[in-house]
Amino acid sequence: MNLSEIKLGQHAIVRKVNGDILALKLFEMGMLPGETVELENIAPFGDPIAIRVGESKLCLRLEDAAHVEIELH
Amino acid sequence: MERIISVALVGNPNCGKTSLFNALTGLNQKVSNFPGTTVEKKMGETMLSDTVKLQIIDLPGTYSLYPKSADELVTYEILRNKSETNFPDLVVFIADASNLKRNLLLFTQVCDLGVPAILALNMLDVAERRGISYNLEALSEALQVPVIPINARKRIGVEPIKQTILERLPKAHAAFYSIDHLSQEMLAELGKVSDKRNAYAALQYAINAKELISEKSLRIKEIFTQYQFDARQFQEEEVFARYHLIDAAVKKSRIQAQDNLKKSITKRVDAVLTHRFYGIGIFLVLMFLIFQAVFSWSTYPMELVENAFAFLSEYVKNALPQGVLNDLLVQGVLAGLSGVIVFLPQIIVLFFFIAILEDIGYMARVGFIMDRVMRPFGMNGKSIVPLISGMACAVPSIMASRSIENKRERLITILVIPLMSCSARLPVYALLISIFIPDTAVWGPFNIHGLVLMLMYLIGFVAALLSAWIFKHFIKSAQQNYFLMELPGYKLPLPGNLLITLYEKASAFVVGAGKIIIAVSVILWVLASTGPRDKMNAVAQKYEQHMAQLNETEKNEALLGGLNLQRDADFLEASYAGQFGKFIEPAIRPLGFDWKIGIALLTSMAAREVFVGTMSTIYSVSGADDNLHSIRAAMLSETNTQTGKPSYSLATVFSLLLFYAFALQCISTVAIVRKETGGSKWAIIQFVYLTVLAYGSSFLVYQLFG
Repeated sequence: MNLSEIKLGQHAIVRKVNGDILALKLFEMGMLPGETVELENIAPFGDPIAIRVGESKLCLRLEDAAHVEIELH
Repeated sequence: MERIISVALVGNPNCGKTSLFNALTGLNQKVSNFPGTTVEKKMGETMLSDTVKLQIIDLPGTYSLYPKSADELVTYEILRNKSETNFPDLVVFIADASNLKRNLLLFTQVCDLGVPAILALNMLDVAERRGISYNLEALSEALQVPVIPINARKRIGVEPIKQTILERLPKAHAAFYSIDHLSQEMLAELGKVSDKRNAYAALQYAINAKELISEKSLRIKEIFTQYQFDARQFQEEEVFARYHLIDAAVKKSRIQAQDNLKKSITKRVDAVLTHRFYGIGIFLVLMFLIFQAVFSWSTYPMELVENAFAFLSEYVKNALPQGVLNDLLVQGVLAGLSGVIVFLPQIIVLFFFIAILEDIGYMARVGFIMDRVMRPFGMNGKSIVPLISGMACAVPSIMASRSIENKRERLITILVIPLMSCSARLPVYALLISIFIPDTAVWGPFNIHGLVLMLMYLIGFVAALLSAWIFKHFIKSAQQNYFLMELPGYKLPLPGNLLITLYEKASAFVVGAGKIIIAVSVILWVLASTGPRDKMNAVAQKYEQHMAQLNETEKNEALLGGLNLQRDADFLEASYAGQFGKFIEPAIRPLGFDWKIGIALLTSMAAREVFVGTMSTIYSVSGADDNLHSIRAAMLSETNTQTGKPSYSLATVFSLLLFYAFALQCISTVAIVRKETGGSKWAIIQFVYLTVLAYGSSFLVYQLFG
């Protein structure tokens, strides 16, 4: 399952992040394998989504979130 | 002898760098003109002691030293190069204690570059509210650097920072992350290419520079291939290893009272502000309120400025002896200046709202809400802040686009920003709208002027979107496209920071616009009051002969009947300015413009707001005195000498409004686009398409409705 399929309020654990620059950028911003993520908000048009990871809140598009493999809590 | 210590403020975005910078320097900083966040270095200074001066550079926030956008590159460029003039003696690293691990990632990278650093720990109060506090001695011990608790917003910790800087400049830190496992030969080779302080700095430079197209990047790629070095793999390992180190250091010093994970306020506020109905509704209402504030609520301070200038003109007129100098000052300089300074209140109000929304953290939410809307137009959510600030001024907005990582989306944003109606157009819109549209209150404090003005802004915005959509099909990019943005926690805006921002905007406007306006006003006044001798003499003779034929009573009657005004208008027509206006009239007649508007178009090619100044100068030269009401009256009573109809028909006014909405009449914008896009190509393309758009739409409107 990947991060673009998570439902509002669900928690999950990051397993793997694919993609080139995007993956590095996500790592730098704290979205590391093993971290817990939560879907906090969805933008009015269904995309992008706001993900809580650690103490940060990140906004990412569904197509980018699809690069993040997760496992539900 | 005075000693100078230079420090750079470095940290993640939204960690409080600029608050600390303001607390350290006060107004002792070089005026710059940016919306909200820092995208370019900012310099300031303060005295550490009687003999030691502290120079401070505030740098754009970044998440790592592998820059992914143009603003992050500014920070990297200053820290990487020891021979750079702004290379600091010391880095004051500001870390957000409520998000310490992620902040320390950049900190360890900065230390490993070999720059001495001290750690200023900010937002400890926010962390405490979440039940987390730190043993600062243990943290200092673990990281081997001085750690100073600060509260940048409350200006706590400023003195201890100054003391630490003064007492001991820390030595460069031993490396956090060792790259000894890499091939030493490869690092030596890279050292030759990049010539940096240490092996890590050299490798980091190589990874960053290999993306650029240059001889160096070719050599770097060769070396990487030769030693089978995978940069992507290395960077991933580096980030993981650093987080591992940081985890250990943080664990030693963190005191967690209990798992106080109360549902964050941010989440609940966001649930409303980014809601599919309320979120969009709140955004639209906010925008509408801002327009009303700018257009109808700023009229009171504007009247004050107007009256002050009227008083000043009167005073100068009477205080100085009659003559050329008097005329030049009153009719040239003061008339031109008052036409523009009068709009300072509106500009301050607009920047006030933008700055507050940015400080609160709302602008990032607007980016979140709007990303999906902007995407089909080749832009992204981060384009929204530059576009909205474009309503204040295109120049800082084009700089603000630096935060957009994707080159193509950034370029498209830059190309269409000038279509957003900037504050320099306000004076023009205000004058033109007030000519033909009655000032009726619609509901309470809202009036129809505000609504029409909002329509003009809407036209600009729609034109920006459509142009972006067209550009999207012509500009291609090989770069991987992604959109990643942090949504910062909500904060109350700081009055001190707001005041400094407003002071910066106001002085940038007065100094920047003022210089051009005074120069243009003076030149214009000279051109409008002198002319080819034969033509000027002919006008003078005509009126002398006319007057000579009249007796005293007839003369008085003629003067009362506006003979003077008629004579002044004839002089203006004969002047150099008039000659020029006449010369270009054939080109602009299809748009419904006469030669007087032609003069104003010409003078406002450098800066739009000069239009109003020019109009006041032209009509002041031809008799009326200088305030909005009288320009308005003069323009209304103006008749076209060829058709005998009023010069300002509704079609002409709409044509003019559209021309000013689209045309790129701003030298500063052209200059900044050249700089930000790294060449003339895009600046020229932008100028041409906007000119064609302006001429074309004015032509259509006038031909259809004229």
